[in-house]
Amino acid sequence: MSEEKKTTRKQIAAAKTLKKVMADHFYEMDNAVKTGSRKIAWCTSVGPAELLRGMGFLVYYPENHGAMLGATRMSTELIPFTNAIGYSPDICSYLTCDVGSYLQKKTPLTMAYNIESVPRPDVLVFNTNQCRDVQDWFAWYSRELDVPLVGVHTHRDIGDIREYQIKDIASQIEDLVPKLEEVTGEKFDMDRFKEAVGYSRRTSELWRACLEEAAAVPSPWTFFDATIHMAPAVVGRGTKEANDYYELLLPELKQRVKDGTAAVEGEKHRLYWEGMPVWGKLRPLSEQFYSLKACVVASTYCNSWIFDQLDPAEPFESMAVAYTELFIVRDEPYKEQYITDCYNKFKFDGIVFHDAKTCPNNSNNRYGMPERLSEKLGVPVLTINGDLCDLRCYSEEQAKTNIEAFIEQLEEG
Amino acid sequence: MADKIEAVFAGVDVGASRTKVAILDAGKNLIGHAVRKSGTDFTETAEICLASSLEMAGVSKEDIANCISTGYGRKNVPYSHDTKTEIGCHAKGCYHYFPMSMTVIDIGGQDNKVIKLDEHGRRVSFKMNRKCAAGTGAFLEEMAARLDIPLEEMDGLARKSENIVELGSYCTVFSGTEVLEKIRQGKKVPDIMKGLFLSVIKRVLEMDSLTERVVMTGGVVAHNPYLVNMVREITESEVLVPEYPQLTGAVGAALFAMETKG
Ligand code: SF4
Repeated sequence: MSEEKKTTRKQIAAAKTLKKVMADHFYEMDNAVKTGSRKIAWCTSVGPAELLRGMGFLVYYPENHGAMLGATRMSTELIPFTNAIGYSPDICSYLTCDVGSYLQKKTPLTMAYNIESVPRPDVLVFNTNQCRDVQDWFAWYSRELDVPLVGVHTHRDIGDIREYQIKDIASQIEDLVPKLEEVTGEKFDMDRFKEAVGYSRRTSELWRACLEEAAAVPSPWTFFDATIHMAPAVVGRGTKEANDYYELLLPELKQRVKDGTAAVEGEKHRLYWEGMPVWGKLRPLSEQFYSLKACVVASTYCNSWIFDQLDPAEPFESMAVAYTELFIVRDEPYKEQYITDCYNKFKFDGIVFHDAKTCPNNSNNRYGMPERLSEKLGVPVLTINGDLCDLRCYSEEQAKTNIEAFIEQLEEG
Repeated sequence: MADKIEAVFAGVDVGASRTKVAILDAGKNLIGHAVRKSGTDFTETAEICLASSLEMAGVSKEDIANCISTGYGRKNVPYSHDTKTEIGCHAKGCYHYFPMSMTVIDIGGQDNKVIKLDEHGRRVSFKMNRKCAAGTGAFLEEMAARLDIPLEEMDGLARKSENIVELGSYCTVFSGTEVLEKIRQGKKVPDIMKGLFLSVIKRVLEMDSLTERVVMTGGVVAHNPYLVNMVREITESEVLVPEYPQLTGAVGAALFAMETKG
């Protein structure tokens, strides 16, 4: 009988520092709330973080909290409490598990950092860049906590980017300034803002470089590693700490490439992951791919935190460009070309689409893209059904069988 | 003195609903087989199935040169030497019977598969149904219970239908309500039964496009051959069925056993 092999992978040494960076991030906010020393802004993943940092806010990301709830598998228990107050099980499970966490007064921060609750916001700042759910999510907290809600409304399904779109987004971001000044009670400082944009740009460049190391054969790390190591790029956007982290990680990855250290021993297959991670199943999925000698080398998801269009010389405009060029707001032809470019860079031999039940926005399998890409690139595709946080929507057995059969198919050649 | 028995190859398909075993001789002939409800103890069921297929083949356990298990419970077969997915085994089994390019439609107790093979028997693509009973044997079982019909009578009833009653919903629960509604309206059971068959077929056909030649397998097809007639009619394509449609996965596993040994 074949058993999945236990993993004996060479760990990424930077992971230790990563733990500290993340702990500091949460302790700093917890402390700020207790002492009232700094204002806290809640921000969506592609919200105007650089502006918030530039205005002196500490920035908290509920989506990151959602991912933590998912990874600790607390989410599936908490989602029903939000369903019960009228939020459908079909909408974003980040939203439903996060609100459930608030309602039940349970957070993974307690277990991880001995922090009782997430930091109370002074302002809620969204960007509908990825979906409308983020706005509805923050609106719930705005009503519940009586905190101001401001945001940016992004254009969607964009083909060629037009000047009016950039101008619009740039001015929407600029319009936030007086509203945010009201919260901080301080005047906006352009230099500080530019500095944050500069940090964010540098973080993006480094993060891109880290991800591109996976183009090496064998790849020094996997998509599953990257979903963990991306945390500073997500929560530290616009800070020196995030830069420093990737200054540390990048040389380590380069060294692994030089030494021929494979993330997946005996790498035989290279795959692309399209869609959200299944947060509560990262480990079993990573182990299954490992045992099948398949390395998931790249993903749209991890690439989504590359904003290297940012330019401190033109902070508002370049933020608008960075947020508008992003994969998730683009049309189908753009997305297909994007994955094609990744194919050329990473040389993968199959694509796994994750159809996340509660996130249509990141489930790109629903309008025939797998079939079109399979035909165009001549590689097989697989769709697995699941969800980012709601494991009620995930059949582990079925996903495993599908993945195993997919690798069998690749082996048949 | 009895002739020395040549080595045989075993394939065990532990499905969520039924366990199937196939024994092939070195000439790839099916010489023993068995089917049994998987129940809750997969290991025991696999043992019992193996014993009766060996008995049918007139060989003993020691004669098995290699054994591969497949299906939902493939990891619960202690005597198997390796495992393969049911997708691979169905493809293999079908290509053995029909060595040509095809679309395999397997309708099982708990899931469906649509697998496309090229003319060399290589998998081009495959799809499994999602987390739902729609279009599977479980759906028909649930509906038969609603109609109070023994499973083995479904096929005969559907054949008697003169005026099919179509069902609109694909959710098993909604369909159950719809069936009750049709009964209340005085619709005839054979017509409802045929409507239920059509519902299964529709669920499968919407999983993927079909190629010219279709091969149907699985327990639901084995027990309800009228489904195959209906698919022929609807798709206007050539629909082939192996001699023992329910055993296709087990035969495929046995063929893999033979290949990996040789
Ligand atoms: S993009 Fe998807 S996962 Fe992200 S917030 Fe929106 S619905 Fe949730």
